[in-house]
Amino acid sequence: MEQVAFFAGAIGALGGAVAVIALRNPFYSVLALVVHLFSLAGLFLILHAEFVAAAQVVVYAGGVMVLYVFVAAYVGGFGEPLWDAIPGQRILAPLLGAALFIELSIAVIGTALSSLESDGPTIPLGFGTPEQIGETMLEDFLIPFEAASMLLLIAAVGAVVLAARRPPLPNRLAEADPDHNPATLLPAMGGPDNPANEDVRTATAPRAAGVGGGPLGNRGAGPETFRDEETPAARRNPSGPPPAPAAAGERDEA
Amino acid sequence: MDLVWYLILSALLFSVGAAGVLIRRSPLVILLCLEIMLNSANLALIAFARSLGDTDGQIFALIVMVVAACEVVVGLGLIVAMYRRRLPLDVDESRALRG
Repeated sequence: MEQVAFFAGAIGALGGAVAVIALRNPFYSVLALVVHLFSLAGLFLILHAEFVAAAQVVVYAGGVMVLYVFVAAYVGGFGEPLWDAIPGQRILAPLLGAALFIELSIAVIGTALSSLESDGPTIPLGFGTPEQIGETMLEDFLIPFEAASMLLLIAAVGAVVLAARRPPLPNRLAEADPDHNPATLLPAMGGPDNPANEDVRTATAPRAAGVGGGPLGNRGAGPETFRDEETPAARRNPSGPPPAPAAAGERDEA
Repeated sequence: MDLVWYLILSALLFSVGAAGVLIRRSPLVILLCLEIMLNSANLALIAFARSLGDTDGQIFALIVMVVAACEVVVGLGLIVAMYRRRLPLDVDESRALRG
């Protein structure tokens, strides 16, 4: 009975993991990871880790996966390019993965651990229950527990700062540069070290000229009028970096 | 089931996750593959906890889950920020830190 449960969980976990990297649509990859996490929670149950299994389902499959689903739906199904950045990447990477597996297996089987071939000792009553986990955590591991709560707080604040909505770039350019004079542009934007400047030049200009629209397209975040107003101005002046500031300035006058 | 089965399964899952990080180029899928690797480590920790009859390994697994949640939050925040600034969502394209 235990073998059946183990192999069912193992097949689910392995199939979910392979499906995550095999499916091309990121949304389906997220759903495959949910299957993987539920199978792992079943394996945790076999190992008498009831609280960890419940936390796995509630925190991962319930919380983190919802976050993934939202971001995958927000960003959209960006298609990955078919060519390899490194020649032979698609053949080399699975070979490296297989080599890693063989190495780990040799290391696991080659160890002299006496418990490797056994089911483990008879566990005490209440092993892995919330009571015992809470007792261990608050008596033996209090400082890691508090450090984990601080880490979660810092990560939450950091994510808000990272993903916060800033004023859209073309409007900022227009305010900073009414005469569309490039000399006044960079100091007003915070100098050449400001990453926003690089962003305008590299990301907006080629896309507006219709060269490298990229997999993102123009839908989604940002001002809705961005695409319609920028394209004709950029066509008049299709050479290199100048289009983006010039386009923003001309639109401001028009 | 013997402990060795769990450890072999954990090694297999870790290899699959590592191969996924090497193959895929969408940052979202790379984050998913990192999740697979962290979960395989969790499986090994919990298998050892069962094998030793000690709850400490389960505490380690819980802390790993906390760290994984932090990593996911920051990573997804970065992806949303990249998308907002219209940067290409491809780890081979975005290799310069300055923007």
